[in-house]
Amino acid sequence: MNVRKTGMPPRTTAPATAPRRPGAGFPVRPPAGTPRGGSALHAGAWWLWALGLATAASRTTNPLLLGLLIAVAGYVVAVRRTDAPWARSYIAFLKLGLVVLAIRLFFAVFFGSPIPGTRVLFTLPEVPLPHWAQGVRVGGRVSAEGLVFALYDGLRLATLLICVGAANALASPARLLKSLPGALYEAGVAVVVAMTFAPHLVADVTRLRSARRLRGRPDRGVKALLQVGLPVLEGALERSVALAAAMDARGYGRTAQVPPAVARTTTALTLGGLLGVCCGTYGLLAAEGAGYGLPVLLGGLAAALGGLWLGGRRSVRSRYRPDRWGVRAWLVAGSGAAVAALMIRAASYAPEALQPSVVPLTTPTLPLWPAAAVLLGLLPALAAPAPDPAPTPSPDPSREPRPVNEAPAAPARGRARRRDPRPDTPPAPHPADVPDHHRTAQPPPGGERADARAEAEPEEGSTQ
Amino acid sequence: MIRFEQVSVHYDGAARPALAGVDLTVPEGELCLLVGPSGVGKSTLLGAVSGLVPHFTGGTLRGRVTVAGRDTRTHKPRELADVVGTVGQDPLAHFVTDTVEDELAYGMESLGVAPDTMRRRVEETLDLLGLAELRGRPIATLSGGQRQRVAIGSVLTTHPRVLVLDEPTSALDPAAAEEVLAVLQRLVHDLGTTVLMAEHRLERVAQYADQMILLPSPGAAPLTGAPAELLPVSPVRPPVVALGALAGWPPPVPLSIRDARRKAGPLRERLAPLAPRAVAGPPPGGPVGEVTRLSVRHGRVAALRGVDLTVRPGETVALMGRNGAGKSTLLASLVGLHEPASGSVRVGPDRVVPHRTRPAELLRQVGLVPQEPRDLLYADTVAAECAAADRDAGAAPGTCRELVGRLLPEVADTAHPRDLSEGQRLALALSVILTARPPLLLLDEPTRGLDYAAKARLVEVVRGLAADGHATVLATHDVELAAELAHRVVILAEGEVVADGPTAEVVVSSPAFAPQVAKVLAPLPWLTVPQVREALEGAP
Repeated sequence: MNVRKTGMPPRTTAPATAPRRPGAGFPVRPPAGTPRGGSALHAGAWWLWALGLATAASRTTNPLLLGLLIAVAGYVVAVRRTDAPWARSYIAFLKLGLVVLAIRLFFAVFFGSPIPGTRVLFTLPEVPLPHWAQGVRVGGRVSAEGLVFALYDGLRLATLLICVGAANALASPARLLKSLPGALYEAGVAVVVAMTFAPHLVADVTRLRSARRLRGRPDRGVKALLQVGLPVLEGALERSVALAAAMDARGYGRTAQVPPAVARTTTALTLGGLLGVCCGTYGLLAAEGAGYGLPVLLGGLAAALGGLWLGGRRSVRSRYRPDRWGVRAWLVAGSGAAVAALMIRAASYAPEALQPSVVPLTTPTLPLWPAAAVLLGLLPALAAPAPDPAPTPSPDPSREPRPVNEAPAAPARGRARRRDPRPDTPPAPHPADVPDHHRTAQPPPGGERADARAEAEPEEGSTQ
Repeated sequence: MIRFEQVSVHYDGAARPALAGVDLTVPEGELCLLVGPSGVGKSTLLGAVSGLVPHFTGGTLRGRVTVAGRDTRTHKPRELADVVGTVGQDPLAHFVTDTVEDELAYGMESLGVAPDTMRRRVEETLDLLGLAELRGRPIATLSGGQRQRVAIGSVLTTHPRVLVLDEPTSALDPAAAEEVLAVLQRLVHDLGTTVLMAEHRLERVAQYADQMILLPSPGAAPLTGAPAELLPVSPVRPPVVALGALAGWPPPVPLSIRDARRKAGPLRERLAPLAPRAVAGPPPGGPVGEVTRLSVRHGRVAALRGVDLTVRPGETVALMGRNGAGKSTLLASLVGLHEPASGSVRVGPDRVVPHRTRPAELLRQVGLVPQEPRDLLYADTVAAECAAADRDAGAAPGTCRELVGRLLPEVADTAHPRDLSEGQRLALALSVILTARPPLLLLDEPTRGLDYAAKARLVEVVRGLAADGHATVLATHDVELAAELAHRVVILAEGEVVADGPTAEVVVSSPAFAPQVAKVLAPLPWLTVPQVREALEGAP
């Protein structure tokens, strides 16, 4: 008979058939009340920080400042992102930024630039166009000024994308969903589930292309991609139906009974509020209605929010460990807001430094104060909690197989971990957890320890 | 707890009802096993308990299903979510969130459980299922056994009174399956949860069941009773029961190894002077597959490390090992889907390097039937699929159709490959691959979802191929299949070969991989029921 402390009176005894499960009494869980590991910061704080950086980027074309913004975002991501799959999306956004930059330059070269340049670098053969296509040019002279302008412009766009990528890597959109008001929750789930389809589709395409190889057909090329299209879509459809069934069976969409009066009020408030918002916006934008525009807009907004709040009463959902908005969240969000605000101010007192002129061409200089403001965005690297150490290797490899071929796309990421040793909180493996060969070969103390163990594991695990 | 009263289910457009005349009761706190051949409506019956049939699947349900007093006609699945927890065949299709902890909380959030209660139950469930060290892990990085446990945990947190499981152990290695079954056993014994589960691998679960529901054939009324009474008359039965029938043991039929060993004394004495028929070794010949010091990496993770393997014509090799040990990676390397990090792979009589060979050429050297045979099938009908296979392989028209006709005599030309059962689909994919007559055939988990009859047909087919000189390598968790089929067993762990030798020696030496007959008759070297039957019939 196996007696185990699980903290549940009726469950303390296990039948004799239950094998002793290693790790059951294993003190890895943080004490109640502490935030959840490295993902403890409110997801909204990360998004506000990133949007602040993006706002700052939209105010300048100075390549030095933009480069500094990219470096700041990149550094914070490198030291504060977790090992989760979505954290790898940062690289994808970086690549996307480069593609945007390349496209912008391509257009500037082949379709000309509105910038009147004098320094002609080279001349492409120009395609003669009929007169109705006036204003459009294909080929022709390529000036240095035009290219530099396109470079600055593309860089700004790329920086915006990279800031969004940083938010994505630091806080998955699914976690942002947890902070949505109850009435919007179900729509939000649908959006998030739809978003997770893209990675699944990519995995399906890879699998089916290798299956084509097994049939003796070429697995590369456009034709191969097109021919797996139908099976991939069929698979996606089947999976979505299975997921919908699972969600339904797990209580998705349960609603509470609300009095009909409340339901009617909700509808009236929401519809009326949205109508008010539309009218108010029209009033603000139209020339004659500026007087009543703002009050109607605010009134409509209040009514719509009231409707949302009332609508939340139909939802019976509760929240499991919602992200708390604490001091760290204020600091992170505040640093982003400060960067944005300071840059907007700088745009008024030093416009020439933020928008270096291209006609005539000048060397951009790094303006001191805006650069210092951008560096404020580094605050989250200190203020945000450090990510969890590497997933602890399971205490007993014979019971907990490591996912070797199940998850080829998810290798343990060692580089960022090494850059981020946690000198203040070294992961302390429980003595019982460390297999014998680990105890004899003591890894160095401190942050290196998690790495040493994670890397020692594959070599030695099989000896068990 | 669960009551079916004269229930029948008829899907729209189907020729006959999926279920008919089901009249049964599952009392509270029982572990109830649902068995029957493929396609008799086991999944439909399970779906009717959770309300997914007919609310989600469509079709017409006649009669009445009540769960904990709630009628599923008037309660939608979401309104039954607090009493019924359902885990389907594929745990991945079940997950809504992306980390273990959030997944465990998801069901409770939907039910509106108070936050501090949720927190406590998540901690309890993490401990109960041994998931504490995985709590923050993204689900995509978990192994098969871990995913199955998370899926069970995610429905347990709502404290359902009924747990419905569809083949919870079919994709798991023997050790992980034991783990999941031990958890179910605890739930039944400690919490009084009612568990209703369908499973093909009876040898794993029969001994734990309190009650068994047998669906003997499609549309037939189910039989219910104790497993020891029902299994002897069942069309599907575990080897230990078959052995009992062969030896003529008096009832009750033993279900566990312990009970069988107690009764097996006389049988062991009868068998002691006899020896199993010597398995004919493969004919001599150059290797058709040779792997030397092969290492394969997936990113930073080493999937295979210095693996050596030689396969000769006519030989059948079983690759075993836990989920994620590198079995599938080894098979994929043999068809060139992974490029070796070091070492070399040569296949076929021409000793080609698979990842540098054109697919059309490679097809004649080596063929792989992947874990999901449906990935190989693109066409709308069986006939079109066969015609395409003939073209791909450059074989005479009709070659593939002839193979299909041999493996699946009952399948029509116009059937859609997706409408076939698991076993039929496997047979079709196998025919497609065999059309090119590759001297080396690789099968990845061929018995997932197959019932005993389909498995027996597969065994026949592979034996026939071996007699024709085809070499076969099969990666499997099914120890009974390996014992019956393989000349040699190779056990992989953490990407390395830890055992390689004749089946009888390897499987008997490790309890996790020993088939039931070997455990019952140890220390005698018998592995399968047919072996024993043959010896007894031969002896006076």
